[in-house]
Amino acid sequence: MSFFKQQGAKAPQKQAVDPQHQPWVEKYRPKTIDDVSAQEHTVAVLRKTLTSSNLPHMLFYGPPGTGKTSTILALARQLFGPDNFRSRVLELNASDERGISIVREKIKNFARQTPRAQAVASDGNAYPCPPYKIIILDEADSMTQDAQAALRRIMETYARITRFCLVCNYVTRIIEPLASRCSKFRFKPLDSSSTSSRLAYIATSENVSVTDDVISTLISTSHGDLRRSITYLQSASRLSASTDPPTQITPSDIQEIAGVVPDTVINDLAATLGVEPISGDATSRRANGFDEVRKKVKGIIREGYSASQILSQLHDLVIEHPTLTARQKSRCALVFAEADKALCDGADEELQILEVGLRVHKALSP
Amino acid sequence: MSLWVDKHRPRVLDDLHYHAGLSARLRALAASGDFPHMLFYGPSGAGKKTRIACTLRELFGKGAEKLKIDQRVFMTPARRKLDVNVVQSNYHIEITPSEVGNYDRVVIQELLKEIAQTQQVDLSAKQRFKVVIINEADSLSRDAQAALRRTMEKYMSNMRIILCTNSTSKLIAPIKSRCLLVRVAAPTTEEMIDVLRHVGRKEGFDVPDKIAHEITEDANGNMRKAVLVLEALKMQSTDLDKPLTIAKPDWETYCHKVGDMIIQEQSPARVMEVRAKLYELLSHCIPPTIVLKTIAERVVQQVDESLKAEIMHWAAIYEVRMRIGNKKIYHLEAWVVKVMSLYKHLFYDINMTDFDD
Repeated sequence: MSFFKQQGAKAPQKQAVDPQHQPWVEKYRPKTIDDVSAQEHTVAVLRKTLTSSNLPHMLFYGPPGTGKTSTILALARQLFGPDNFRSRVLELNASDERGISIVREKIKNFARQTPRAQAVASDGNAYPCPPYKIIILDEADSMTQDAQAALRRIMETYARITRFCLVCNYVTRIIEPLASRCSKFRFKPLDSSSTSSRLAYIATSENVSVTDDVISTLISTSHGDLRRSITYLQSASRLSASTDPPTQITPSDIQEIAGVVPDTVINDLAATLGVEPISGDATSRRANGFDEVRKKVKGIIREGYSASQILSQLHDLVIEHPTLTARQKSRCALVFAEADKALCDGADEELQILEVGLRVHKALSP
Repeated sequence: MSLWVDKHRPRVLDDLHYHAGLSARLRALAASGDFPHMLFYGPSGAGKKTRIACTLRELFGKGAEKLKIDQRVFMTPARRKLDVNVVQSNYHIEITPSEVGNYDRVVIQELLKEIAQTQQVDLSAKQRFKVVIINEADSLSRDAQAALRRTMEKYMSNMRIILCTNSTSKLIAPIKSRCLLVRVAAPTTEEMIDVLRHVGRKEGFDVPDKIAHEITEDANGNMRKAVLVLEALKMQSTDLDKPLTIAKPDWETYCHKVGDMIIQEQSPARVMEVRAKLYELLSHCIPPTIVLKTIAERVVQQVDESLKAEIMHWAAIYEVRMRIGNKKIYHLEAWVVKVMSLYKHLFYDINMTDFDD
């Protein structure tokens, strides 16, 4: 348990969380930038700053769960150590009010303070503790344009004593003047080997037995999002440990937790739409096509599956289908794209899935 | 005297009639002390809220049932006052942030932080954390969902969030990845009949097979509706032996009437009549999407096979436009006119071919 004690000493300001109930995502957050998985380029650049004590403004961008927030937090920890962390780092995220008034007051006030003298590190380690502060703006793409514009001059004026680190998913939502003031780091989705090694590490340290099948299901359902796969793993282990007697985690458990529609349901729907190799009874099926499709769609909606999930799985199935012609596939792809847009705009799920079903059906019938 | 729906609503997990596997999981999770954030999703009337209430009862014991309704006032950054109704017990708090429309972010930020930063004061409580239930989570704005993200991680020690929603499509991925997803599917016909029988027995009568089947057919997986209909029928005739007709809601018959009108005649004059009826429906606060769907269902029952897909296609298109747009009636009317023209074209073409022959 020495592992937890050390962590508790590092962050004394946090409320004590029973480590057993802590989300694994927090528990296994990288402590140093060397622990960050699969972002070699970024880590290599940042490691230099640890020795040279020179840090540019930074902009981290990339899909969720690739380690952006973890990297900057770990870097700040390594730079300042636990004792200086609070006075030198300001972390703001979307759960804080971040309108233009906050930028003008809170951020500006913090930015113009002269960094306080370095407190003596209580845990005996030496930290570089360079003479500047770091302001971390997490989820910066949800800041308004005005708030971003107000940052521009602040970043330049106090550049001597304050460094900014913007963290966001979509670099295009950051206004150009801000982006050009930062050095950009792209975080790429994790490759499956580093995800699986990290998951295996967590599983062994938590004494959860997982098979290779489970790990590969975790990877395929999370699409390179490490946080998501860790959360799924934790939920699955909770569920399996809470039953009596404890059962082994199975890939279908993971699929249910992840909200993935079972393959049988999707295949059944696809067969109704005529995706399967066209057999003898295809003509009779087409004769009452509308009612068949509608019945199937109603059944699926009653089961409560999410429309966007159905759409993406159906899309995968159709696009990778071996016998459909390119023309049919492209017609279907068009249908899927339009339905996805409609769902994003908040359209009714049943109508959209029905619409997709009918149009795919039409596109596939000669 | 309360409605049967409330009177016979299961209070503990053991009383639930269907999804036994799910109940077992919930019980195990509540007992383990390691309770995650949860996201319940499924069609309406499937029993999401009932399951949430049962889980709370399992977590905190009877105290979770002592509810009081409170009105909170929140202040937007622009100094506008917002009144929000919250339902709370000592252990949990229930909010419907979509009530305040665009300002839901403010409510989420203020309320969650307030709860998250106070610890459980009741030392005898079974759990150290409080639970926040967020209803209609799919209508949360993007900003509000973004505000939830970090809060959910940061304050895990003091608070758990249970989201309740019809569909997960409108939730952003980061929220979904932080929750344990719980799908509550609608009950099957047999399960619904079981529940109806159970309610009947509790009230001291037997539900005839035929009635039970008719009710479940009509309810289409909505348990709440089924029990309400059963009670209404029982009120009509105490023995349930006469041939009973399940009374459809007024708006539904009204919508069907509109559907019939579209089929009967296609002319500008008829469009005006339909328009008056649509206005009537909208002014009675029937959601336009439901109006459109009900009319479309009625229309496709009566038209030629070749037209059905086309009519549904346009219904889907105009439904999206209705969401994006402002005035619902434009799009409803546009769809009506479109259907009429399609219908007329079909006949026109057939007549022409006949003529050619």
